[in-house]
This record gives sequence, C-alpha cells and structure tokens, in this order.
Amino acid sequence: MWAGRDDLSKIASWIAVTGIVFSVAAGARGVDDVEAFDTPNDAGGSLTVTWPRADPGVATSYRVYVATAAEGPFQLATETATPGLKSAEPALFGYAEENEGFHVLHISGYDTGEGDERTSLQDDTQYFVRLGAQTASGEVLGPVASAVAGGNWFNSAKWNNVILAVGLSVVILFYISIARRKELFIRRIAGLEALDEALGRATEMGKSALFIHGLKGMDQISTIAAVNILGRVARRTARFDTDLRVANVDPVVMSVSQEVIKEAYLQEGRPDAYRPDSVFMAATEQFSYAAAVEGIMVRERPAAHIMMGYFYAESLLLAETGSTTGAIQIAGTDAYTQLPFFVTTCDYTLMGEELYAASAYLSKEPKLLGSLKGQDVGKALIIGLLLVGTALASFGVDYLTHLFAAL
Amino acid sequence: MLFLTRTLPFLFCFAFGVTGWAIYYIPHGWAQAVEREFALWLRLVYAFSYFLGLFSLLSLHWSKIRQRQAGWAYSLVVYISFGVMFLFVVYNDGSGPFAPQETTGPYQWVFTSVHVASSATMFSMLAFFISSAAYRTFRARTPEAAILLASAIVVMLGRVPIGAYISDVIPEAMQWLMSVPNMAAKRGILLGVSLGAIATSLRIIFGIERSYLGGGGD
Repeated sequence: MWAGRDDLSKIASWIAVTGIVFSVAAGARGVDDVEAFDTPNDAGGSLTVTWPRADPGVATSYRVYVATAAEGPFQLATETATPGLKSAEPALFGYAEENEGFHVLHISGYDTGEGDERTSLQDDTQYFVRLGAQTASGEVLGPVASAVAGGNWFNSAKWNNVILAVGLSVVILFYISIARRKELFIRRIAGLEALDEALGRATEMGKSALFIHGLKGMDQISTIAAVNILGRVARRTARFDTDLRVANVDPVVMSVSQEVIKEAYLQEGRPDAYRPDSVFMAATEQFSYAAAVEGIMVRERPAAHIMMGYFYAESLLLAETGSTTGAIQIAGTDAYTQLPFFVTTCDYTLMGEELYAASAYLSKEPKLLGSLKGQDVGKALIIGLLLVGTALASFGVDYLTHLFAAL
Repeated sequence: MLFLTRTLPFLFCFAFGVTGWAIYYIPHGWAQAVEREFALWLRLVYAFSYFLGLFSLLSLHWSKIRQRQAGWAYSLVVYISFGVMFLFVVYNDGSGPFAPQETTGPYQWVFTSVHVASSATMFSMLAFFISSAAYRTFRARTPEAAILLASAIVVMLGRVPIGAYISDVIPEAMQWLMSVPNMAAKRGILLGVSLGAIATSLRIIFGIERSYLGGGGD
C-alpha cells in the first residue's frame, strides 16, 4: 500500500543515514589491517602502529589501546585526530610510494587507569594493541595485534653514512699505503710556508710568538687540529730558541697544550727551555678572553700571532688589534663565518680543511701526506656524486638524493 | 716510561675513538648509557681541570705583580675581583655555599652589572673594528677586490630600506648573492671541513698522527 509523502521521506532519510553509517564504518575498516611492531632504529621502549590511510572525515580521531594480555584490560596509550603518514618518516620506512597510504603512530606508554598516571613500555615484554577509530556512529575497534618492544643494535637509517665513512676511510688508508712507496704531490699552502718565516722573524727580533687557541674545547676536532699545529710550532720554537706563549680559554686545552709543548721541547733536546707558565689561562669567557689577549698583544708586542681553532665574534677583535701591532699574523679556522675577518686582517689564513691539513703538511711525513691526498680524492668523488645527483634531481630522479639524505 | 707516554695514550685514543664512532650507529639503550657515562666523565674531568685553569690564571698574575711588570695593577684587579666574587658566591645571598646558587644578591648583581656590561662593551667595539677592516678590504686595487667591493655595496644596500627605495633590483640582487655564490662557497668550505675532520680523526684513531702527544716527525 502506498505510504504517502511523509512515509516516503522517512524511508529516504533512513536509507541516507544507513548509507552514511555504512560508508563511515567501511571507511574506518582500515583499523582491521592494523599492524604493531617494535619501533625500528630506537633505544627501546617504543612500539609502532600502522594501518591503511582512511578517507578524510571518516574518523574524527584514532585511539591506540595497550594491554599486557590478549583479553585485556586495554588501556589508552594515545589519541590523535591527525595521525602521521609513513611517508613522513623516511628514516624508519624509506621512500616507497605506498608509504603515502599508511598512517603511523608511535607509543611509549599507556594510562594505568588510576588517575593521570602512565606507565612506560618495557623492553622484551609482549604487548597487545588495539586501534579504535572514532566515527559518527561510535568507535570502530580493530583486531588485537601484538608486538615486543626492544632496543636496536644498528640504526638502519645510517647505512649510507656507514658506507660513505668506510669508503672514504678506505680511500684515505689506501693513499697512506701508496705514500709509503712513492712521493706524492701536495699543493703548496702559503700560510704554512710562512710559519717558519714568522717564527724566524720573532727569533731575529728577540720577541715572542703568541699562539691563540679558539674557543672550543678538546672534544672538538678543530681544537685537536690546533693542538697538532701547536706541537709542530713548539718544535720549531725550541729549535730556534724563541719564546712561545700560548693563550687558552679552556683549562683542558691548556693542560694538553702544556704537555704537547713539554714533549716537543724534550724531543728537540731543549727541556730546559720549556716554561710551564708560557701556556696560560687568559680567561674562561669569550670577551674577557679577547680583552686579555688584546692586552698581551699591545703590551708585550709579540712578533708573530698564530690563531688556530674555532673562533666566534672575538676573531676580528683579536686579528684587528694584532694587525695594528705590526706582527705577522697567521690564522686558521673552520668557522666559515669568521673566515672573512681573518682574510681581511691576517697575513695568511688557513681556510677550513687547511687547518686540518696543517699538521700533516708541516711534518712532511709520507703517511700523513698520503692521508691528505686521500682526502682530496674523497673530495673529488663527492663532487662527482654531487654533480650527478644535481643532474638527476633536475630531471626529477630523486634516487641519489634519497641515497645520500641524512636521516 | 714509553708505554705510559706513548702506547697507553694511543690505546686509549684508539679504544675511545672506535667506541665513539660505533655508538653513533647504535641506538640501543646500552650504547646510549655508555655515551651518557662518557659525557659524565668528561664533565668530571672538566670540573677538576678548572682548578688547573684557576691556578694558572692566578699564578700568571701573581708573577706579574711580584715582578712589577707593565700593567701589574691590572693583575691586582684580577686578584681583588676574584676575592670579592669568591666571597659573594660563598655568601650566596645569605643561603651559604652548600645551597643552590641564588638568582639574586650581590654575586648576581656584580655579574650582571659588571661582567655582562663589560662583555657587551667589548662586543659593541666590533662595529668599529668591522668598519676599519672593511675600509682596508674594500679598496679596489685588484679585479677581485673590485668584485668584492661591488658585492659588498649591493649586500649592504639590499639589507636596508634605502636599497629598495633606490631600486627593487638591489634587494633581489642581494638575495641572489647570498643564496647562490655565498651559499655555494659556504657549502664548499663545509665539504672540505667535513672531509678534513674525517681524515684527521682517522689519523688520530689509527695512531698515524701523534703530534697531539708532542711527538711525530718534523
């Protein structure tokens, strides 16, 4: 029997609502394909949950529940309205195109059910995980998945770094072995050639040479390079019988410098010429240090200023004051922001890698010179890769870019 | 003796170098715990090394005072300042030496009003030093210096409103100079620095470079 206009309207509404609920529930069915596993490349205590990406608007938010038994009770671990995508985490999931189609959440703890208290996930414990999608018709729960959290012994995102580091190391060690058999050509570094000239001038004038360390501590490679150079300089000053003064901002660097100079003087057969107070703490703060060293430059007028290490804003204060005293100034730093100041105010500047090459260059030891050659070859290889990568990226091929990405 | 001065430091250097390298690739909790332990020991060593630094500083200035060297009065200021600050730190705004350092009181006042102000003064002098250094550098005596001068003028004008007022091209040219040639040079230097750091680390870890021990050929 014909039901009339009102009944027809009710039927239509019922069909529409049922359709929406059905489609929402179907849309939220991605929770059925939930996967839980130990978070890769981490220290432990974390699980990762992934599931197929749902259509926008299907679920208002997602909840992850955790339990220590398959039958529960399940406690809330996390809730979010905007779960991330696997494609946003290439360090864990790579660059596969299908990553765009999966949501991901990381959990490291869950509510205890007693107030606001939470408990952390423990390594080597099996956890049971359920994903819930909040939809217009209520919460749609997925099946129970399980996983065991644990720490990882290798960060697979750093494979490219390992290969590059090992590759470059092999190249450098190969050239060190080559250098033992035949002489290698190393380009002239003017700043280092001038070192003997500067120390010779100090000797002739009967004045001291002032070695100024940068601001960084002994845990920085630029400071280690500076200490290496100091060792070479000390051997020369011991030989020339020139007074060497070393200004420090870091007490550990000062102690190391004292030992290095003492040993250098001993090796040159001049232990008597070594004065422990020639290596001194000028200050521990940046501008106090600059003021103290500037004072030494102006009052004592050393004939040579050798500034090595990592410098900040004090670089120009030191070098400009030094240049007004008429001393020969040789600077070396890997701080590219300070290089223009040193280039402007110093007679010679060791730029970037030259700071690291200085000790090897001064020693003339075949093994050390070989490492410089290996370093140059490594640089040539990387420049080649950069050119190829740039060309490929220009044509939309990102493979090489992804291969060398720091993750 | 050679073992203590040569072999043992080298063995330590090799062991800690290789361990530090490996830890970079190991995210496991145990490796991270080892790294934290290293950092803790480093802090301990640094804490004790500050006594050495203090001794060096005070003995240096004491010898200046004793020998009445030029500017010995400044060394006296170092001693007075050290004594005053030491007393203020011990006083700790009335809380004593064993309480956490207070954020008020004479120590904080002297630090902010004298030390910070003096450091700011030194820093502000940089502006004048930059001017004098720039004056020397920007004399267009060679083609390279002329290019530098022209680039500097464009960058300086592009950074201030008057540049855009003169021409819209100036800020764009400044941006291009900063993000293309300047960035390329920076990255070139960084590339060399990184490789240099790797090579230096290898030389030290494998004992090829030993001048940090005061030795090595010459």
